[in-house]
Amino acid sequence: MSTETLLEVTGLVKHFPVKRGILIDREVDRVRAVDGVSFSIARGETLGLVGESGSGKSTACRAVLQLIEPTSGSVRFEGREIAGLSRRRMRPLRREMQMIFQDPYASLNPRKRVGQIVGDPLRRQGIASGAELRRRVQELLERVGLSPEHYNRFPNEFSGGQRQRIGIARALAPRPKLVIADEPVSALDVSIQAQIVNLLDDLQDELGLTYLFVAHDIGVVRHISDRIAVMHDGRIVEQGSADQVCERPVDPYTKKLLAAVPIPDPRESRDRRGATLGGP
Amino acid sequence: MTAAGGEPLLSVSGLRVGFLTEDGLVQAVDGVSFELRPGEVLAIVGESGSGKSVTAQTTIGLTRSKNSRIEGSVRLAGEELIDAGEGQLGRVRGERIAMVFQDPMTSFNPVYRIGDQIVEAIRAHRDLSRAEGRRRAVELLDSVGIPDPERRVDGYPHEFSGGMRQRAMIAMALALEPEVLIADEPTTALDVTIQAQILRLLRDLNRERGLATILITHDLGVVAEMADRVLVMYAGKIVEQGTLDEIFYDPQHPYTWGLIGSLTRLDRPRPHRLPQIGGAPPSLLDLPQGCAFRPRCPHEFGRCAEAPELEARLPEGGEHRDRCWLTPEQKREKRQVEGRIGLEAPA
Repeated sequence: MSTETLLEVTGLVKHFPVKRGILIDREVDRVRAVDGVSFSIARGETLGLVGESGSGKSTACRAVLQLIEPTSGSVRFEGREIAGLSRRRMRPLRREMQMIFQDPYASLNPRKRVGQIVGDPLRRQGIASGAELRRRVQELLERVGLSPEHYNRFPNEFSGGQRQRIGIARALAPRPKLVIADEPVSALDVSIQAQIVNLLDDLQDELGLTYLFVAHDIGVVRHISDRIAVMHDGRIVEQGSADQVCERPVDPYTKKLLAAVPIPDPRESRDRRGATLGGP
Repeated sequence: MTAAGGEPLLSVSGLRVGFLTEDGLVQAVDGVSFELRPGEVLAIVGESGSGKSVTAQTTIGLTRSKNSRIEGSVRLAGEELIDAGEGQLGRVRGERIAMVFQDPMTSFNPVYRIGDQIVEAIRAHRDLSRAEGRRRAVELLDSVGIPDPERRVDGYPHEFSGGMRQRAMIAMALALEPEVLIADEPTTALDVTIQAQILRLLRDLNRERGLATILITHDLGVVAEMADRVLVMYAGKIVEQGTLDEIFYDPQHPYTWGLIGSLTRLDRPRPHRLPQIGGAPPSLLDLPQGCAFRPRCPHEFGRCAEAPELEARLPEGGEHRDRCWLTPEQKREKRQVEGRIGLEAPA
């Protein structure tokens, strides 16, 4: 793995004003959704971002991608500042940074065929068209574990896990460098989660992708990540290698979070309960 | 651990629930039998479409409709509920069997105060003045760990956080002092630190009041923390049942191996790859012939075309039952050759 930095986020802030007033809105308060977040991701690396609901992890992702305008802070992609870029100047960069969403039922247009869903970003960006487009889309479908014959089907003909594969193919179509995955497995059944996590792992190896993997499930995040950042109340409270954060946490919130994760082993679970309760 | 002996409180046998759809009959539950004893926590584990929720809902008549076909028997302390009238069921619901759902946001009516909804739930069954009801509601909110219950009793659902709303939901379920609590994915919508608090609350209720609990979940971590006995369901059938330790340390069915194997463990070094179960659960409209898990099973062989029964297959089996044709020796060998279970037998 090279140590060249692909994405560098420094002092990222996103505040949402709370407004009140008749005729003239005045700002009475602000929600500090992201309140000074800094991290960097090396090319080919996976950074896991964990946190509970309301910690600001999804808002941080959207601010990184400039889907919402950050209040302040810097976002450098391949050394170039992208915070505050106009939509027009951002557009050519979009293909380099793609997103995978949580809910594979809500994130695919039900009226479009799989071929269109996966191929549209390519056509719109003028990357491919016609027979070449079809060939690339079918190749992608195969790569994510679907069949080229799925090209003409509609999303409702697929299970949750297969839909998430379609979402992954769509994200990979423009050959991005950075993939931001926001809770990509949390809506899936347990037996399917492992398939998708392994697929993301394989794709990273094959295509040299860089991941920002956002999830509340620390077990999954630890499995896939090289490094982990823990978010709480809009800030990163701890950052380090995946094993270090999970095995030797320093921050009190990280400790509390880890202690709350159920251990799927009755004996150890009983031991831990006995230890915390100080009784049988 | 809680005591799990005695006569069954709830006894379900040969339960079948089908739904008529445009595409045909969906057999959501196909011959499920189990017993729940007083003071016991029984976990029903399965993925979406396994029939775990439909099983639990049917026990209190929540799946009755024009399009559902229900067969079998559900007996609460000897009283048959499967063909009970709505009046009889109405007395059972809440009073003797209460239910807590996954999403407390949709379980409360958003336009009424939490306290009023609890009072109404009590007054539907008990002759109680409003003032007495309110006092009882405050007590209940207090007993589930809601701070400042005197004030919170007048709050609206949206003023409660997700965890507090789930506590209030549990308070309402306890209002009539039921004998059985059915908790359907009670912590799935909650953050992990809140989940830990709710699980502790449910465990305390079980231990202190001897509240028999059916816990429906997809999360084996939650099962390990809560359950005395476990049913593993797949495609409408129980594929394995046993005590908590039997299921985790001596699992017999390849589907159970897959579920346990694919867990991520924070207390273990991480494997290079997550063990996975291939394929996807079958459509209930188009089940494979024989064992329903066959198309996804790495150990499938000729006999699997014939559906195995849920039977005690271990010589020392006790109540440990499974639905797989492999011999106990083959099972022991195969799950170890794969090295995927990740759990050693208890010392």
